[in-house]
Amino acid sequence: MKIKTLAGTCAAAALAFAGLSAWAGPVDDTLVINEEIEIVTHTTSAPDYIDGLSEQYSGWHFREDDTRDMQRDDFDNPGMLGVEAAMEDWNTEDGAEGKSCASCHEAPESMAGVRTQMPKFSETKGTMMTLEMYINECRTERMGAEAWGWDDAAMVNMTALISSVSRGMPVNVAVDGPAAPFWELGKEMYYTRYGQLELSCANCHEQNYGNFIRADHLSQGQVNGFPVYRLKDAKLSSIHNRFKGCIRDTRAETFKPGSPEFIALETYVASRGNGLSVEGPSVRN
Amino acid sequence: MAKDVKPRVKVPKSAAAGEVVTIKTLISHPMESGQRKDKDGNLIPRSIINRFTCDLNGVNVIDVTLDPAISTNPYFEFDAKVDAAGEFKFTWYDDDGSVYEDTKPIEVA
Repeated sequence: MKIKTLAGTCAAAALAFAGLSAWAGPVDDTLVINEEIEIVTHTTSAPDYIDGLSEQYSGWHFREDDTRDMQRDDFDNPGMLGVEAAMEDWNTEDGAEGKSCASCHEAPESMAGVRTQMPKFSETKGTMMTLEMYINECRTERMGAEAWGWDDAAMVNMTALISSVSRGMPVNVAVDGPAAPFWELGKEMYYTRYGQLELSCANCHEQNYGNFIRADHLSQGQVNGFPVYRLKDAKLSSIHNRFKGCIRDTRAETFKPGSPEFIALETYVASRGNGLSVEGPSVRN
Repeated sequence: MAKDVKPRVKVPKSAAAGEVVTIKTLISHPMESGQRKDKDGNLIPRSIINRFTCDLNGVNVIDVTLDPAISTNPYFEFDAKVDAAGEFKFTWYDDDGSVYEDTKPIEVA
């Protein structure tokens, strides 16, 4: 009898969950930043090389009203504090060559469009390069300065600054040519189950976006909004830091930020957002 | 003194007489709660903004007591009724005795 009661409770719980899932889809809303920059956060068709997605949704659609509102105005967006801090670094000379970013690149606005193509295959280096790697290449080879760590505040802030001037421009990551092998590896990782929980990226972010995993509202795992200001961390997070968090949550040993695996995964995941607007620095919970 | 403390304020440039305007303020500050420990297990001393005030032409608009549970970079949004042109004065009080100030003029059109 007891067992039956338990079974009944489970069925009721399952029903409740089903109800919750149906209600938890992406919010129908549009994002305009500073009443000026129109952001494409939703498309009705994904690129044809992406299996399993018929629509693209920025993670912005899966957050609550208050969180979404914070992104509508730069004053309300705490990620812009990082952008401001990076502006100082931009104009500050560092390293043996006595150069700042501004010495070569003038205003950060000259970087408009850079973020849309990241990660990008570098012919001179012969490898896939993320925004972080391009920043460090400048620092070590042209400024004679020390490389920043992948998740150093200065590094994440600088990626926020460079992203911020591309906001509203469509993500356009190359998936063919020299990028193809990296993209293929990233795709394989995306569909590989990791960890004791045996979860692949696709299990949550492709097959179950819009549903809850415990109290967390699953998004499509798009990276167009990175770096993101996470309210729970009260700081900006890099793409690889987020990958690490996800893989850790599957109870697996994670790859390191900046590892070849994460660079390949970033290539593939970024391409899933081709057509969405660059949004970073965005606000998420 | 806490590092990189910088107040920011957003006030409309002008208002109609008697209009209620929305004011937004944010100050970058770590707001160290005094509850956390460093790598060696020692308490990190509390260092927060403990009071925030806003005055319009010498008349108090808002006076807030802040406690350690408030997170980093405290943000306040509130309304003020503007009867005459003048100046908003914003003041933040730090645990270490520092006082950070900002002012914004407003015109009555």
